[in-house]
Amino acid sequence: MSTKQRIENIDRRRFLKLTGLAAGGLVLGASLPATQPAWAAEGDVAGDLNLFVTVHSDDTVSIVCHRSEMGQGIRTGLPQVVADELEADWRKVNVVQGLGDKRYGSQNTDGSRSIRRFYDTMRNMGASARTMLEQAAAQQWKVPAGECKAKNHAVEHGPSGRRLRFGELAAAAAEIPVPEEKSLRLKSSDQFNYIGKPVDTVDTPDMVVGKAQFGQDIHFDDMLIASIERAPVLGSSILELDDSDAREMKGVIAIERLDGGAEPPLFKPLSGVAILARNTWTALQARKKLKIQWSETAHHAHNSDDYLAALQRTIREPGKTITDHGDVEKAFAEAGDRHNATYTVPYLAHATMEPPAATARVSEDHCEIWGCVQDPQSVQQNVAGALGLKPEEVKVNVTLLGGGFGRKSKPDFVVEAALLARKMQRPVKVVWSREDDIRHDYYHAASVEHYEAGFDGDGKVSGWLQRAAFPSISGTFQAGVDHPSTSELDLGLSDMPFAVPNRRMETQRAEYHTRIGWLRSVSNIQNAFGVCSFADELAHHSGERPDRFLLNLIGPDRHIDPSQGDFEYGNYGEALEKFPVDTARLKNVLRRVATRADLDLRGDHSEGNGEGWGIAVHRSFLSYVGIATRVEVQNGELAIGEMHCVADVGLAVNPDRVHSQMEGAMIFGMSLALMGEIKMENGAVSNSNFHDYPLLRIHQSPPLSVEVLASDEPPAGVGEPGVPPVAPSITNAIFAATGKRIRELPINKHLKIG
Amino acid sequence: MQITVNGSAREIDVDEQMPLLWVLRDELKLTGTKFGCGGGYCGACTIHLDGRPTRACLTPASFAEGKQITTIEGLSENGDHPLQQAWIEHNVPQCGYCQSGQLMSAAALLATNASPSDSDIDGAMTGNLCRCGTYPRIKAAIKTAATADNGEEA
Ligand code: FES
Ligand code: FES
Repeated sequence: MSTKQRIENIDRRRFLKLTGLAAGGLVLGASLPATQPAWAAEGDVAGDLNLFVTVHSDDTVSIVCHRSEMGQGIRTGLPQVVADELEADWRKVNVVQGLGDKRYGSQNTDGSRSIRRFYDTMRNMGASARTMLEQAAAQQWKVPAGECKAKNHAVEHGPSGRRLRFGELAAAAAEIPVPEEKSLRLKSSDQFNYIGKPVDTVDTPDMVVGKAQFGQDIHFDDMLIASIERAPVLGSSILELDDSDAREMKGVIAIERLDGGAEPPLFKPLSGVAILARNTWTALQARKKLKIQWSETAHHAHNSDDYLAALQRTIREPGKTITDHGDVEKAFAEAGDRHNATYTVPYLAHATMEPPAATARVSEDHCEIWGCVQDPQSVQQNVAGALGLKPEEVKVNVTLLGGGFGRKSKPDFVVEAALLARKMQRPVKVVWSREDDIRHDYYHAASVEHYEAGFDGDGKVSGWLQRAAFPSISGTFQAGVDHPSTSELDLGLSDMPFAVPNRRMETQRAEYHTRIGWLRSVSNIQNAFGVCSFADELAHHSGERPDRFLLNLIGPDRHIDPSQGDFEYGNYGEALEKFPVDTARLKNVLRRVATRADLDLRGDHSEGNGEGWGIAVHRSFLSYVGIATRVEVQNGELAIGEMHCVADVGLAVNPDRVHSQMEGAMIFGMSLALMGEIKMENGAVSNSNFHDYPLLRIHQSPPLSVEVLASDEPPAGVGEPGVPPVAPSITNAIFAATGKRIRELPINKHLKIG
Repeated sequence: MQITVNGSAREIDVDEQMPLLWVLRDELKLTGTKFGCGGGYCGACTIHLDGRPTRACLTPASFAEGKQITTIEGLSENGDHPLQQAWIEHNVPQCGYCQSGQLMSAAALLATNASPSDSDIDGAMTGNLCRCGTYPRIKAAIKTAATADNGEEA
């Protein structure tokens, strides 16, 4: 085990502080140095425990999940690991949602990292508790500890057949010193009861009876509901407000202004006017009666169609070189044959099924929040900043999230609730409508990428140029950013896996005009669309079958380190030794997924009709995913016939939830590829609801299959890596079917969607 | 105004234009019925009005007078409607937010069509969006529930 963690027996007061729950029996906490920065600097020894398992005298076991549940099954996956090493009975396990607290280390539930970051520690903690229970039993029976073995929520003494339940041992076990990490005996994988096995998902029973509680569902008798009319254009503020009609509506309690302040946007609320009312409907209705005049800003001239058209021109001009291997110019000059292409992806919105919502209660020196948030500590910081409190004076209760996809790690909506609750001196729930959500998102960047390749005399790709232009997420946090950041290139572009001797990566200027944020798989969306489309174009250009061409292009088995000079490859925050960029694993996925497709099938290219298959493989979040898609095109109408996913995610802790994440990723990927497009006119979003920002519906959802490859490699990302290869697999299939190459998403610009 | 929700009469004092969605969620604290779009596009707010699947976000309270309203909380007494069981068996929900509406639409389908075909399912469920992408499992679970139901009757 590489992490130097410490597992400690802790007292009840500290447990109470972190979980809001009283505890009895054996309580273990573990510190996790991997997430050190937040708290290590303070040297607060008592406070640096961040993961908990409690064995109660009533035989139940509580396991804290400090990450947010948004459909990925983390409230099942993490506890499942502890329960397995502990030899607990899953039916007796309660999952406790951790409050926001920096002592947990990072709680930011994004980047597909929950399992991979906490897997080892969770196992050690379970094993520690198990060892202490075994030793407690040994003391009681006055037998050697080696003869006592935990099994199915009890400790057994083999020779005498005696047995004590965990609950009966909990108090005694609490007195046992915590075992040294080195002495822990971890299970081998053939001994696992739960890891890698299907277990009941903890929240499903509540979900099917309507009892699961989301951010939108919070209620207090004395609370007000707020609905906010926000500035349509970034940076705009209120010039004039006439709220007289709104004030006259029955049930309207107050009307308050929010001031967005200067750029960068950060996680600050946008400027707006809030209606506070006794119920949601009154607030929504009264909002329609507001007459607001907004100030003009530089972003009023922003028009997404014009913006993308301009990028499509400038992307052909030389940009800023980030990495440069060999001599691309020379390779192109000597090339017998060349090919180039430009790819475009529009702005995209998260459109979580649950629009954002947060409730706040504020007193002089304290604030309590209830909300569907991906990052409770960021809530603490931002709310504290807005209210002039200390982060630890902000208590954050994390509800279930009705989808996250990155939207709910931006706490602008929580800050709104906190500011309004302070003004009103009573709890306020801010309810975002769907229109609010679609119009005031942190959008996935609109992007244009340009690729050029040269073939040498033997038909091998000898030169490869890739150039990206999109407004960077960094612009949301820092004024003046006008190029993609290197961390965004790390998501599928700098780690492009092809063995081309001469290659260069460039960025081109692109300014931001709206709040840009991260959306499920982030810039892997446009990077994989570009890389996987262009590779397919080259395959067809050279007359080779795409899978064979790709295998050659990826080249020999090797580990790639994309770093060069000042450019340091981020690798999703993990060491390349533990999670290499491994071409063998990528090729393995490619070979598997190619068997699902009939890549010789060709449609009628002259008529633009027919049936065809496309494949795409991509590494992201340290996992390797291949998608094979069959499409049919008839008279300009596209139907997706079937889609297959092959995934190497390392060890799959909860295989069913890995499958469901891949299924979800395919459907998420189809939505964005087929119909996802946010448009801006005069600086404002022109979409408003699901009629003009459509999502895939059940009748459009084809039969799907998922194959998760068995692996002993460390667990890698699961929530996001299924998304990137979906779009190029579809457009590659459309090319096979029709001979028509779609380089501009969404596909419904070019073909009708059945 | 008086309305009947899950078999009990409830007195409400609201503007009669207030959609049932907000009557249920804000006034009666029945938050199983979800707010997804407010415009009839997503189905998250689906309830039964006299057994028929209805979008609560588009239905004024006054329209429900004299009719039986069923919400997800009242779909079955013990959470053991064949669809609820099948939903657990297939581990359908991801985030879960759309699932009340999915279940109510599916229950209305099975009430009138004991063994729906794929296209029957598509037809009945196409108004219910799921951003997490649980469609394949929804289809499979509806079929499981339909078979279970038919088996019991036989
Ligand atoms: S909330 Fe009623 S259909 Fe979406
Ligand atoms: S389960 Fe999340 S929207 Fe359907």
